[in-house]
Amino acid sequence: MRSDAAGSPDAIAAPSGSAAGAKSSRVDGTLAQTQAPAAKKPRRSLAYTLMPATGPLLLIAFWWIAAETGLLNTRLVPAPGPTLSTTWHALLHGTMGHDIVQTLIRVLYAFVFAAGIGVPLGILVGANERIYRSVEFLIDFFRSTPSTAMFPLFMLIFGLGEEGKIALAAFAAFLIIVFNVAYGVLNARKTRILAARSMGASSMRIFADIIFLETLPQTFVGLRAGISVALVVVVVAEMFIGGVDGMGHRIIEDQYSYNLKDMYGSLLVSGAFGYGLNYLFLLVERHFVHWAGR
Amino acid sequence: MHVETSPRDPTPPRMGASMAGPPTGVTPRRGIEIRGLTKRFDGGYLYRNFDLDLQDGEFISIFGPNGCGKSTLINLISGMLPMDSGAVRYNGKPIGSTKLSYVFQNYRDALFPWMRAISNIQYPLKLLNLDKKSRDRRVESLLAEFDVRIDLHRYPYELSGGQQQTISILRALITDPEVLFLDEPFSALDYEMTLFMRERLQQVFMKRKNTMIFVSHDLEEAVQLSNRVLLLTRPPTRVAEIVPVLLPWPRDAKTLSNSDFVAVKSHCLDVFSREVGRGGEASFR
Repeated sequence: MRSDAAGSPDAIAAPSGSAAGAKSSRVDGTLAQTQAPAAKKPRRSLAYTLMPATGPLLLIAFWWIAAETGLLNTRLVPAPGPTLSTTWHALLHGTMGHDIVQTLIRVLYAFVFAAGIGVPLGILVGANERIYRSVEFLIDFFRSTPSTAMFPLFMLIFGLGEEGKIALAAFAAFLIIVFNVAYGVLNARKTRILAARSMGASSMRIFADIIFLETLPQTFVGLRAGISVALVVVVVAEMFIGGVDGMGHRIIEDQYSYNLKDMYGSLLVSGAFGYGLNYLFLLVERHFVHWAGR
Repeated sequence: MHVETSPRDPTPPRMGASMAGPPTGVTPRRGIEIRGLTKRFDGGYLYRNFDLDLQDGEFISIFGPNGCGKSTLINLISGMLPMDSGAVRYNGKPIGSTKLSYVFQNYRDALFPWMRAISNIQYPLKLLNLDKKSRDRRVESLLAEFDVRIDLHRYPYELSGGQQQTISILRALITDPEVLFLDEPFSALDYEMTLFMRERLQQVFMKRKNTMIFVSHDLEEAVQLSNRVLLLTRPPTRVAEIVPVLLPWPRDAKTLSNSDFVAVKSHCLDVFSREVGRGGEASFR
């Protein structure tokens, strides 16, 4: 189906003869209508690649100088060297590994409950505008209520053990997930649904093939935000709800016993932990919803 | 202009379905019959007892003032939008039992970005529960028929606008529809690509001879592609005129400066200007 005007709007057809190697047949760069993203990124210099490390290195340098010059009271903020070596030791030989794992398990439990209930419920709420209108305020209200304010309530219902911590974190994450999923379903592109319907797709088919996938980018936004909140709530809960282990428990114990090197180390490790979770999710998201925002 | 057909036996024999040439010698019972179509919008009538006959295998363009409901009309004909009253029949059968396909203006929103181009084209066949082997075979023959050379293993967002709309058209053609609805399919493309896509669509029409109902906001395009241009009035919408375009196919870019073409187009423009000048506000109710 090529026009005879060779080389004119031929963006659709690959240059003849290269049909086999079609993968390499990029659209001619002279055609302005190509919206396809550039295949190759320009080569970046090494300095550019290392740029993200600048901030953290500056912070540590500042920390070190402040400690060396006596600008910081090392009894309150130990120097970076001893802090990092204590942390390293605690990770390799001490109990910090155990605390990380305990926190991780609680976060994952909370997340699984939150996602397991939040995603289907979000779809249900979003699919029906009347249900959405009816519960919108409720979701918004609880989403705006600091979930940590619910500690006493959840302690009453679920007790001081694991259940209380997990339930509270799950609740906080659930609200965010349900809101995002419902919002995603509500804003599914009408044209795509119409297109599928014009092909004779049943409502169930449209739901499974179109709406669910259409919602996936927004669902992932909710899941990522949800797991971050779950981590926050779990760590805080470990500090106050009868904890015996976990990063939150470790940090508050360090503070009570004035074990400040370990406390700062735990803070750094917790930060890295949260960052890692978020990053992991981004990777999964990029793989599964590669079309998001395109 | 308006060829009336009398209501007939609702179940005519489905024979001689293949059309030899342009639909000039068609028996009147074939094609799309629209009777008493009524649709209200915002308290006023958009369509009120609207009658129209479309011939089987014709390429009709729909053109009219803003807000006259061009897209709404094809949505009503295809059954995507429920009508308040009236009936649409294709070759005597209700339109719902007809194989029809749609091409939308916004290919970006109409394609499925999570599927590769090839899966997009195959999706309607999947809905028909065809196995993978026959799906592949159908796509292959379709690609061969129109000599399409797009890397179908790319995702839609990796393709240019014209390529994406080509994928949409192929997806619409894969089920071998009897009626193809096109809702301003080229209006999101630049002029160069539009000219190319018009030729491509003509190739489809000349090969398939299926009924094409083409909504356009570009008079040049409407005249170039169709054998009849349906000109509509402001709401409540009526047929202002149906202008036949008796130019030989295919009509390439050179046709656009042909004197016959220019004459048809300027006649359409006169009718259009007259209708726009009538002022829609007073006649809306």
